[in-house]
Amino acid sequence: MKEIVIISGKGGTGKTSITASLAVLGGEDVVVADCDVDAADMHILLQPQNLKSEDFYSGELAVIDQDICTQCGQCFDVCRFDAIEVTDGIHKVDELSCEGCGYCARVCPVEAITNIPLNVGKWHISKTRFNQSMVHAKLGIGADNSGKLVAQVKNAAKEIATQNNSKYILVDGSPGVGCPVVSSLSGAHFVVLVTEPTVSGLHDLKRVYELVNKFHIPAGCIINKADLNMAIVDEIIDFLKEENIVHLANMPYDEDFTRAMTDCKTIVELEGSVLKEKMINIWSDIEQIIK
Amino acid sequence: MNIAIASGKGGTGKTTLSTNLASFLAQNQKVVLTDLDVEEPNSGLFLKCELVHKEDKYKMIPEWNDSACTLCGNCQQVCNYHAVIQIMDSIMVFPELCHSCYACSELCPTGSLPMIAKKMGELKHSTTKDFDFIESRLVIGEEQAVPLIKQTLQYVDQKFDNNHIKIFDSPPGTSCPVIEATKDADYVILITEPTPFGLNDVILAIETMKELGKEFGVVINRYGIGNDDIIDYCKKENISILAKIPNDKRIAETYSKGELLYDKFPEVKSELEKISNHIITLKNKML
Repeated sequence: MKEIVIISGKGGTGKTSITASLAVLGGEDVVVADCDVDAADMHILLQPQNLKSEDFYSGELAVIDQDICTQCGQCFDVCRFDAIEVTDGIHKVDELSCEGCGYCARVCPVEAITNIPLNVGKWHISKTRFNQSMVHAKLGIGADNSGKLVAQVKNAAKEIATQNNSKYILVDGSPGVGCPVVSSLSGAHFVVLVTEPTVSGLHDLKRVYELVNKFHIPAGCIINKADLNMAIVDEIIDFLKEENIVHLANMPYDEDFTRAMTDCKTIVELEGSVLKEKMINIWSDIEQIIK
Repeated sequence: MNIAIASGKGGTGKTTLSTNLASFLAQNQKVVLTDLDVEEPNSGLFLKCELVHKEDKYKMIPEWNDSACTLCGNCQQVCNYHAVIQIMDSIMVFPELCHSCYACSELCPTGSLPMIAKKMGELKHSTTKDFDFIESRLVIGEEQAVPLIKQTLQYVDQKFDNNHIKIFDSPPGTSCPVIEATKDADYVILITEPTPFGLNDVILAIETMKELGKEFGVVINRYGIGNDDIIDYCKKENISILAKIPNDKRIAETYSKGELLYDKFPEVKSELEKISNHIITLKNKML
């Protein structure tokens, strides 16, 4: 079983539309994992039927029992996150600032502070309208620990793939280079970088590839909206050569791309579209590379 | 006053709006623009600026000093992040998991885990012709954006008084980095595109802002593609739509080159005017 992770650094380059199309092409050989748990969109295209949902607990929140608290202020003194608020001499926890380190509870002389486990989201196992297993999640508002939820989604996808003897896991990652992205890269066999020929697309591609390279994962790149700026396309191709990244394809700037998404369809469902042809070639190239 | 520009979905135009709005407002207001998308900071690519100051930003992590350590295991026990682990007869620290809470260090009975500074990013302060620009970028491999965002906000707070309109280009998403970037905002502008993805993600962002108790408005970018669901949604929820920036391939091409838009596209300029008037009205109300 091979794990393919699709990331982009910059948001809005077409990552999710491309991942969903690859999923359609892979058919029942594929388990889909939407690891963009912050702003998951894949379900809009694959319209999965939910089979199972589970709450996700991660991290803790400090709670002060006012009946026991002597307002001594030791919790305030040790908290590095300014999460203990004092109003009219009463110590309270600012839930948004508390990082659940538990230091305050450890130093409280009267044991007035307890740490409660935090429900930070939900994750789901579903069947897509193409009859594939899909694991996806929704992080609670403002929640921490998105990296851990990503790990949970990936582990569940791996379990299903092992059970079903699936050939591939397709992972849709989140933008950026922080904890959810690092978490989505662990254990990957191949990374597909989706970029666009804009100053920011190139800048973000370089940063996210620096991260991929730290994990020594082989990578390929799709340049989406290529005709926006051919000069930057050339710059991207030079970069790919330098770094030994496979140049998978250039995709044209085509409003069909957005039109398909508006109809809640993947681009490979657009009959007669040049985008569909491109995607078919990309998928067969990826299959060849990771064989 | 603090204006945060956020979106939920990535790639909807946060940086485009931040840079154009800052530049536009700076024609007759005191403005400072800060790029808080420390994982992938892009605003600087669209500005002609001159560096005036640069500093490394550090986070504090424990470092094991074995001379007095009795291997009592207390550090491992108090760390809620599994960042300190005892393996055989040594203590290992995993800096990328550490939240700098100091518990292991300060609760160590032998003082064997002093805190040391580790570089997590770099802050740059530049000036453009009309306004100041601050940007921080996270070192690749460093997983936590929040501490760097926090320190960047402190820098801006110390350097610029409240007569400035402080614009903050925020990271995408709705999790902890976005909360950190928006929690001190007086007003949040949520920018989205009129597509199912854009709608799904802006609703998450709207819910987040409601949870934080923020005043906010919506800007629709690439108006003309997709459908009208976002407009219907905002009407139903009584959310004000501040502006609609039209969809146009020429705009995307201009953006791709790292150029500002409003001096080339009057239809963008007129929308920026609406946003800028709204901000100035808010600012006057605050004074």
